[in-house]
Amino acid sequence: MYIIIVGGGRLGYYLARALLNEGHEILIVEKNAHFCDIINEEMGSVCVRGDGCETATLTEVGTGRADMLVAVTGDDEDNMVACQVAKHKFNVPRTIARIRNPQNEILFKKLGIDVTVSTTNIILEAIEKEVPTHPLTHLLTRDDRGLEIVEVRIPPDSKTIGKPIKEVPLPEGTKLALLIPRDRKPVIPSPNSIIREGDQIIALTTLELEEELRSNLTGI
Amino acid sequence: MKIVIMGCGRVGAQIADLLEDEGHDITILDIDTYSFRRLPPDFKGTALFGNGMDEEVLKRAGIEEADVFVAMTQGDNRNVMAAQIAKHIFNVPRVISRIYDPLRQELYDALGIEAFSPTTIFAELVRDKLKS
Repeated sequence: MYIIIVGGGRLGYYLARALLNEGHEILIVEKNAHFCDIINEEMGSVCVRGDGCETATLTEVGTGRADMLVAVTGDDEDNMVACQVAKHKFNVPRTIARIRNPQNEILFKKLGIDVTVSTTNIILEAIEKEVPTHPLTHLLTRDDRGLEIVEVRIPPDSKTIGKPIKEVPLPEGTKLALLIPRDRKPVIPSPNSIIREGDQIIALTTLELEEELRSNLTGI
Repeated sequence: MKIVIMGCGRVGAQIADLLEDEGHDITILDIDTYSFRRLPPDFKGTALFGNGMDEEVLKRAGIEEADVFVAMTQGDNRNVMAAQIAKHIFNVPRVISRIYDPLRQELYDALGIEAFSPTTIFAELVRDKLKS
């Protein structure tokens, strides 16, 4: 595959290294001449100096035949524009953007950028997994379909303890897949399953609905 | 009309002044409070410190009730990003953005952001001046 990387900072550098090792054709676009020189010295001529948000630069590096463009500069707005130019001017089939502000995920999706990677969210998820008291954990995300599998834990101060699941309103499109009580065997939740303290509930939901799901299941 | 302006540079401040004189309700944003010195002393609108690419800041600026959003910072990419947040997240009816790069301006015009390029406008202006 021909992959263009916009941003030759450390992330772009290591990404290029790994992708070159996998046998892909790689080109990095980087504004800073010094970074360009370092990359070209170490990896051969794979870096072009220029602004990856400019149509002229992207034309020069043959974006029209690229299979993928990955924008990994440190600024969300630059990554957004690079991906939009690639999509709308050059019809690049896949665009991937790094984002810093997790809120931008929704905007980028709306704008047609195929994949967003939020470093903030990745670190947050790692913390959530490490800290068991956090009531909602992301287990798996299917970006292409907008679905995610999450785990909701029922904390001791939960207002739904003792209630059957049928009394808890679930956001539309959300499905409960598994109920794992603290000391007993996992069960597939039925409308009459009683919510107890320490239960882990595995559910299929969307990014927009996860907070509503958490709040409905725990009552807080 | 309620108008939110992002960027209190020379142009941003002057737009704020002109539109306020016409009786509009103005909120102007900048990431440097020192920029607000450019506003006229009798400015009655709101000058708000914050980044216009941040949804929380835009909400504080009243973007949800705004009729117009104007992106007037020095950065083309910052302008188009804020403009697209205003248009696609907050559904502001009219969104205007300055984009220095004429090629990017064309693209965003096509994508529904009312974009104009001072580079092109000024170059044409100088050419026309020389003609006459």
